[in-house]
Amino acid sequence: MKNNVELSKQIKLSCRNVWKVYGDNSDGFFSNNSYAQEDPSILSKKITEQGHIVANANVSFDVHIGEIFVIMGLSGSGKSTIVRCLSRLIEPTVGEILLDEENLLGKSEKELIEIRRHKMGMVFQNFGLLPHLNVIENIAFPLKLQGLKEKERLQKAARVIELVGLNGRENNFPMELSGGQQQRVGIARSLAVEPDVWFLDEPFSALDPLIRKQMQDEFLRIQSLQKKSVVFITHDFQEALRIADRMAIMRDGQIVQIGKPVDLILNPKDNYIRDFTKDVPWESVLKASDIIDKSQKILQKAKEVPFDMPVAKMLPLLSKKSMGVVVVDQAGKKLGMANAQSFVTALATAEN
Amino acid sequence: MKNSIFEKNTLAWIGIIFITLILLIFQDKWGWASKYPKELIVPFSDWINFSMEKFIEQFGWFFLSISWLLSWPIIGAQWLLHSLPWIVVIFLVCFIAYLSSGVRLALFTLSATFYMVLIGYWEESMNTLALVIISVPMAIFIGFGLGVWGFFSKRAEKVIMPILDIFQTVPTFAYLLPILLLFGFGTVVGLIASILYSFPPMVRNTILGLKRVPDHIIESAIMSGANTKQLFWQAMLPSCKKQILLGINQSTMAALSMVIIAAIIGGTADIGWEVLYYIRKAEVGQSLVVGLVIALMAIIIDRITSGFAFNSDKAIKDSQYLKNIRLNYLGFAILVSILLFIIASFFQVLADWPYNFSIWVSSHINDFFETFVKTFKTQIKLVKTYTLFFIMLPTKIGFQQAVSPFTWGFQLEMVHKIFYFISFIVVALWFLKNKKNEIFIFLLLLMIFLYFGLTNMPWLSLLLIYSFFALRVGGYKLALGTFFGLGFIVVVGMWPEAMISVYLCGIAVVFCFIVGTSLGIWAAHNSVVSAIVRPINDTLQTIPLFVILIPFVMLFKIGDFTGLLAIIIYAIVPSIRYAENGIRNLPSEVIDASKMMGSTKMQLLFLVKIPLALPVIMLGLNQTIMYGIAMLVIAALIGTNGLEQIVFIGLTDGNMGKGFIAGISMAIIAMIVDRITKTISEKRSEALGLSIK
Repeated sequence: MKNNVELSKQIKLSCRNVWKVYGDNSDGFFSNNSYAQEDPSILSKKITEQGHIVANANVSFDVHIGEIFVIMGLSGSGKSTIVRCLSRLIEPTVGEILLDEENLLGKSEKELIEIRRHKMGMVFQNFGLLPHLNVIENIAFPLKLQGLKEKERLQKAARVIELVGLNGRENNFPMELSGGQQQRVGIARSLAVEPDVWFLDEPFSALDPLIRKQMQDEFLRIQSLQKKSVVFITHDFQEALRIADRMAIMRDGQIVQIGKPVDLILNPKDNYIRDFTKDVPWESVLKASDIIDKSQKILQKAKEVPFDMPVAKMLPLLSKKSMGVVVVDQAGKKLGMANAQSFVTALATAEN
Repeated sequence: MKNSIFEKNTLAWIGIIFITLILLIFQDKWGWASKYPKELIVPFSDWINFSMEKFIEQFGWFFLSISWLLSWPIIGAQWLLHSLPWIVVIFLVCFIAYLSSGVRLALFTLSATFYMVLIGYWEESMNTLALVIISVPMAIFIGFGLGVWGFFSKRAEKVIMPILDIFQTVPTFAYLLPILLLFGFGTVVGLIASILYSFPPMVRNTILGLKRVPDHIIESAIMSGANTKQLFWQAMLPSCKKQILLGINQSTMAALSMVIIAAIIGGTADIGWEVLYYIRKAEVGQSLVVGLVIALMAIIIDRITSGFAFNSDKAIKDSQYLKNIRLNYLGFAILVSILLFIIASFFQVLADWPYNFSIWVSSHINDFFETFVKTFKTQIKLVKTYTLFFIMLPTKIGFQQAVSPFTWGFQLEMVHKIFYFISFIVVALWFLKNKKNEIFIFLLLLMIFLYFGLTNMPWLSLLLIYSFFALRVGGYKLALGTFFGLGFIVVVGMWPEAMISVYLCGIAVVFCFIVGTSLGIWAAHNSVVSAIVRPINDTLQTIPLFVILIPFVMLFKIGDFTGLLAIIIYAIVPSIRYAENGIRNLPSEVIDASKMMGSTKMQLLFLVKIPLALPVIMLGLNQTIMYGIAMLVIAALIGTNGLEQIVFIGLTDGNMGKGFIAGISMAIIAMIVDRITKTISEKRSEALGLSIK
């Protein structure tokens, strides 16, 4: 699932130079176009000095069709604001949000409601379930808002209930469910309208660590079936590594670095990113394709390993075969050799 | 700082004390200083009377036609409740009680309503109920509408909130004045007064409930594609259902208490009128018997409406299955009602309880009280005179006048005076030495105040003291508000009466705060005490005010002392409640930490618990004062002499201007005290980093 992304680079959702500034005169800073020439950090500082709060500064990224794009940042980094800007729960101060190449910010309230009803789904940290509705009614709520008949919406809701594994819980009320189950309801509700874009705002942060792990697996399973274009917000770097196809790290409202998890680990842009990557268990993050030694010639006889095999699994092989192993891609094409030496080299680069 | 006396605020206080002393010394020469000159009184009340007269000449027909319109639903409701046999009405009420809270409430309702039949006051009870039934939906409709408007528009909220403050602080009797003049006599006045009095809690609860809907619920509904209407009706409103039902509960209770109070203008033939009638005739036994009907009615209505609110969570749970049963319930109710109706038409007793069947218990009660009063005559008298001589009189007119051979058994000689002042000053100076400047100032003020008495204090210096205190507590805005508010009372010539109100209410509040807070702290540590105190508090808070007066009138006859007791018994409730809650809800880490540091129980209480709970306890003081003022108004019925009496006389004489001005003066005092105590509480809790709701 994760690696199919490579095949389709089509852009689903795009965020271009989005700013969100809170304060009495927030629009004033962007009234003429000269702001675009300024360095975002400097402009951001200037705005802060004038008593305004900068939640997002010049945020740009693309989300490809079918990929999981994770935005990771500590509290106050602006990650929750940006996902709300994407869905226009919050009006961005300036910038563009393109969904299927159409600017969301130009849409009227009515058009926006239509888009939310059919193209977007969102999962919230605190679940956002309606306390007066039971599980099935909560899940069918978006369908009810669209004016669907009761029979039809219950049918559709039953299908997603199946998907999240809540069968038998249909008539329970939110207060009777555990946190993990409540979030399953939240997930099911967000999928009930069969959206293209799926926003998840720290969906598992309110759960216990063990449940969190389960729910991450569950999420990956559902995504492998549904293939949505996902924007996933988290403050947990490990969680980001586990599920991201690509990820962005935010600080002070700005994006510090965007890339595949392994890119961030191998080439952290600055010390801020390095602080996160320091404690990462390398052998489980690095894949066979990440430790290829380009200088070594491909030995035809060497044992073949798939390109996405975690290095942790390769270690016994590497210790036995001194000449190394051949890494092959999905089509069976040989990409290059990997050996103990190249593994150590890769680690060394990462540690720095 | 070398000497703490030179601190800026202390110097200012000393200046004020100095001015006060000078004014007191020269009060014979400067008449204007102690008593505001009559010639300077602004005749506001005449202006009001005059403009009201003109207004009614012009627009009276308009209000009279509204009055005519509104009288129809009342007549309809009364007709319905009267023409139904009592057994049918009782069945329906019990059935609703059962739906709300189950069998126990239904049984209680059954016996309570049957009591109304038994003592022969069914018809009057139904008249009262009819007014409540008509006024509550209107109040809820208005309150909900305004609440929603206030929630969505900040500007509307800014206008609505102060209006609610005014509606809730202006004494209940003062409400009736303009309504009486505009709408004429009769039940409609009660209806309109109770709508006006009962819609504010609905507004407040609606706004509060909507504000408390969590962001994530709103966001999730928007992301589910809700438009504005759907967001409001399908997501926000159901999420705050409980708060709104609580609003309905409070509105209903307010409506009932206003309907009862409105009986004072007469012409309603309802239960409130009956009670008043017997209080005035000093037939205490009968007034207690009838007063009990009001109390029972209040309890039933309160339990039913609050039952719906608190069980709203549970109702959610069963909704699936309730949907199916709801129709059956309705069918069942209709069926049984018809059945009972038919039965009642055969047995007249079930429709109209014969007059001579009614039980007359009042004479027994009268006898009992008479014997009680006779047996304990000396004790009762002792309590009354001691309180009068040693507490009430000194506060009112000061030791200077209160101490006499007749009261204290000796004449106030020079020796006593010197001893009094010197001992006060020595203690005060000791506090000054220990840098407790506030206590130093407080003692000096207390010394002057107790010697001369509240009513003898020059208005100018009291104005200064109150305003400067407000300045110290809440800054310039509050100080200016205090100054002009109290200044208004002076200028319209209500100051002497205002001070009498303050004196009576003040004694009650001090007593309530000390005793009530101690009780509350005790209850917080002892579950038995808590279990005893709670139902008493609940009942006292539910019963309409003037039923509380009845037993005190029986024991102590009418007068200031009885008024004082009635205020105390009613206003002590919040002091107990808030103290208990404040102590019980402290963060447990802090308590555990202090215990681990080895503090004794007393240290824990005085060094940790009370200081931390102080903001909540201060809120209790605030509520005690508000309750005290509310009861003070009603105490006018039994012959007190303050502002409340002027309001009351205005009502009975139809002198709108004077009564209304007195009412506004009371509201001003209430609002000033409210702001000051609330500010103290807020500042304390901010300093402690606690949040209180």
